[in-house]
Amino acid sequence: MILKDNAVESNKGSYRISTEYLKSNMRRDIITKIIEFLFFLCALVGVVSLIAIIGFVFYKGLSPFIGKNAYSIKEFLTGTRWAPSEGLYGIFYMIVGSVMSTIGAIIVGVPLGILTAVYIAELANKRVAMIMKSTVELLAGIPSILYGAFGLGIIVPFLMRISPRVQGQSMFAVIIILTIMILPTIISLSESAMRAVPRAYYAASMGLGASKMQTIFKVMIPAAKSGILQATILGIGRAIGETMAVMMIAGNPTGGLPSSIWSMIRPLTTNIAMEMSYASGRQSDMLFATGVVLFIFIMIINFTMLKIVRKDS
Amino acid sequence: MKENIEKGAMQRIASFKHTHFGSVKSKPATIIKMIKKLCIFILAISLVGCSKSDRSNMENENQHALNDVISTSHKGSIIITGSTSVEKILNGMIEEFTAIYPNITIDYVGSGSSAGITDTKSGINNIGTASRAIKSTEEDGYLKSVVFAYDGIAVIVNPENESVNSITTEQLVDIYTGRITNWQEVGGENTPIFVISREESSGTRTAFEEIVDLSESGGLTNHAAISEGNGTVQAGVAGNPNAIGYVSFSYINESVKTLTVNGIEPSVNKTKSGEYPLARPYVFCYYDEYVTDVGAAFLEFALSEDGQEIVYDYGGIQVK
Repeated sequence: MILKDNAVESNKGSYRISTEYLKSNMRRDIITKIIEFLFFLCALVGVVSLIAIIGFVFYKGLSPFIGKNAYSIKEFLTGTRWAPSEGLYGIFYMIVGSVMSTIGAIIVGVPLGILTAVYIAELANKRVAMIMKSTVELLAGIPSILYGAFGLGIIVPFLMRISPRVQGQSMFAVIIILTIMILPTIISLSESAMRAVPRAYYAASMGLGASKMQTIFKVMIPAAKSGILQATILGIGRAIGETMAVMMIAGNPTGGLPSSIWSMIRPLTTNIAMEMSYASGRQSDMLFATGVVLFIFIMIINFTMLKIVRKDS
Repeated sequence: MKENIEKGAMQRIASFKHTHFGSVKSKPATIIKMIKKLCIFILAISLVGCSKSDRSNMENENQHALNDVISTSHKGSIIITGSTSVEKILNGMIEEFTAIYPNITIDYVGSGSSAGITDTKSGINNIGTASRAIKSTEEDGYLKSVVFAYDGIAVIVNPENESVNSITTEQLVDIYTGRITNWQEVGGENTPIFVISREESSGTRTAFEEIVDLSESGGLTNHAAISEGNGTVQAGVAGNPNAIGYVSFSYINESVKTLTVNGIEPSVNKTKSGEYPLARPYVFCYYDEYVTDVGAAFLEFALSEDGQEIVYDYGGIQVK
């Protein structure tokens, strides 16, 4: 009986200790939970914004194609004249302009960027590399309106002199500006991809008697391939989404497919930026529809990017 | 009888308010009004900072200019409807006016010049606006109109284009629809024309295309470059010897050359006299019976020095 009591008491004692321990533990857990929840809320801001933007753009952008008095999607996607006052909303020539100028910028910008990255990562001495790197980073920070002003003030007048057409505003001008604008992205991402290649690869290649150039082009670049690909895709994203700089130098005609590099183009982004402030009714909805097309392009680019990253890991 | 008419007018105003402003839009409008009131409050506090003599001087000036119509504490509201082209100037004026008369509310609805005049005639608004002269078919002997500003558009080319100094409205239509593509066809050298226009539904473009009636002739050519804003058009023309563009008068400077249109040079005087073709008057129209004392005070403000300053700020030509 006494023994039993003791046992109970000692049991109670250990129980008391453990509740105190549990209590302090619980408080800590609750604080952790609260902080976790705060973090969750922060993370939610981005996700909710994305969903809200998608919902808004798609809702506004798809409304002109639904219901009575709907505009034909086929005419929208294949038309080559944009004249809201005449009731014409064709964006095919804009899609062509956007895609062609982006491809142009990638063809020029990617090799240029990769070679710069190779130079910074492998060839230049430390001081030169530092100066070059900070220059490139500064280039990334210049507001795009200044790129546009530079394009309008320097590139357009120059192209006007050598162009067979009467004006300098052209796809060529857009390609030049976009190339400069995507360079920082491509250079810094390819450079860090190159630096992430294990040093043993370099040493092994050199040890086998390969020259420095052979090592760079046959070993380092192939090993950094997926990083360079990611850089390229991010560059495409930046080029196709660029608005302000491009608006000032593209010419933005109201219609007509671009027939050469000297033709004026009207990228999808500038179409939205130029008219949104004035537009109302159907014109405004059609600008959102242009946004939907642009959005689909960006989504395709992002999914490709995700696929590459996943394949890599 | 008179009561009935007034009642009818009030109902129409009420239903007009309901259909045009709706219940959804009224919320942001009240928020904007609250912000406006807050701004006025802050302004009032900052005015306390002025010395006493300064303040009484300012008050005297304001009262001198406007107090002969109504006092600054006057309550009331009016509706103005009409041209969308004058919307920016009108909103600027309304903002200034309601800062002086905080208890007065003025609603502006941009529904088009013709709609503005018809609204006045049917008693829906107190004052109507139009960005063109009142047509003789719209006159009824009682409708009063007053020009409060002019809008002038200058045709500009590059100063290097020495041989072309004049152009006709017909030639402008041909150039902007793409029927004329070489300067030779309008008396210049044998070089192609680089046509620059403005973005769809810009006020200047709408005015230009309406005055020369471009849509009747097939609309803007696909070979025209579209520039955003008067400034970009000016820069574009200044940067290309073969370019042609059109801008508001306030964007004329030495980097571009203006052309005479139908033989008349673009000048403020020629615009006021009605000779220059690429121009249009901004007009208020009203009936004496329905303008109300608030409306009369607003009309006086619009034509006062302060009101005309706002016309200038938004790129219009002052009447005085």
